Amino acid sequence: MKAKQKWAGIALGCTLAIVAGVSAGSPAREAAPKPGDTPVQVKIDNFTFAPTPLTVAAGSTVQWVNRDDIPHTVVSDDKTTFKSKALDTDENYSYTFTKPGTYTYFCSIHPKMTGKVVVQ
Amino acid sequence: MAERKKDEILYDHNHDGIDRRGFLTCMAWAGTGAFYVMKGGVLNSYALSAMGDPLPKEMKGELTFGQISDSHMGFNKPANTDVVGTLKAAVGKINALKKQPEFLLHTGDISHLAKPEEFDTVDQILKSSVAKDVFFVPGEHDVIGDDGKQYLERYGKGAQAGGWYSFDKKGVHFVGLVNVQNLKAGGLGTLGEDQLEWLEKDLKPLAASTPVIVFAHIPLWSVYPQWGWGTEDSAQALAYLKRFGSVSVLNGHIHQIMQKVEGNVTFHTAASTAFPQPEPGKADSPGPMKVPAEQLRDYLGITDVKFVRGKHALAIVDSKLSEAASSNAENQSSY
Repeated sequence: MKAKQKWAGIALGCTLAIVAGVSAGSPAREAAPKPGDTPVQVKIDNFTFAPTPLTVAAGSTVQWVNRDDIPHTVVSDDKTTFKSKALDTDENYSYTFTKPGTYTYFCSIHPKMTGKVVVQ
Repeated sequence: MAERKKDEILYDHNHDGIDRRGFLTCMAWAGTGAFYVMKGGVLNSYALSAMGDPLPKEMKGELTFGQISDSHMGFNKPANTDVVGTLKAAVGKINALKKQPEFLLHTGDISHLAKPEEFDTVDQILKSSVAKDVFFVPGEHDVIGDDGKQYLERYGKGAQAGGWYSFDKKGVHFVGLVNVQNLKAGGLGTLGEDQLEWLEKDLKPLAASTPVIVFAHIPLWSVYPQWGWGTEDSAQALAYLKRFGSVSVLNGHIHQIMQKVEGNVTFHTAASTAFPQPEPGKADSPGPMKVPAEQLRDYLGITDVKFVRGKHALAIVDSKLSEAASSNAENQSSY
């Protein structure tokens, strides 16, 4: 549980850093990085997406990483906006959100698993 | 239709005063594979590993068949790194029976990731089965990525376009349903309008005395909706089955054995040949349950279960085969 909270904290930190236009993971302050330089991670663990909801700036890339020992997918509710293949353990899938809006998604194998990305 | 009294004996072909429900209170169920005998419209199930030789008298009937489920070929995580071995063991157990089942049902999640080589491996292993006919329904893992295209190419011959079908064996009507397609966010298993419409038509010409066996991957009863263990529109399907005197519903998906009787319908779920999953709500998530290596085959292979009838409650009796001789009713949990 503690590890999860810590992870959520790191992910939130990344989000804020990107929103603020500071490149997370690169301490050198070069030209303002473009949004999406550093993917924001959503961890899939224990049949849940975390963090959710996740807020990112338009242009950001979100990367889902499966840490379960069962495959999962990441599929937008409309099944067309984005749709990953089955992600086996430690596999990941990225999608770049270009337009602001609220994007809800789920795992098509375990549809009780749902998540949300808010793009500003 | 006149309402039936709750405990009315519907079928007593042997004039022994035992009805179907009576039988169910004392029936056993196998983990890896189950062996079924249809006798006088009564479906009985037996634990493969608990069966002696020669077969007990009560195991003889008009029709026998086996069920295997959730082979998850391709799974290689610590919960079971040898799903090939455990599937082979299940087939081996069935082959070792003196009276061979006439056919097998595979209730889905044949593969883990719907990869061609995973299906190939299962097909290869099943070729060693003495019972040659295997009837499949897909699990959600079998339709990953291509909405079941490959599954239908391999296993859907002779089925309706969506993969569902029915057949008759010795007066018993079997219906294979598909409830793993078009799943919606936040939802459960789904049969869908087209399939329900087909089911209604399929059952229509049958006499109410025809024993009906329905098999599908995800349970057609609400085992634990929080984990997605149920089917959204199963009530409609069950309504079409209401007029029949003997209905049995066989499922997989939850990797453990459960049984329930509701009116004229008995529900069974089979264990997986690959890995066990936790009891509903007994873990944070329904992920694979890791058990000590020396115990794994107990969970998959030699679990012997007795059905305990409860009032609107699900009752499970899970007894290890090693303990089964002294008591068949240990470790009861009902909820």
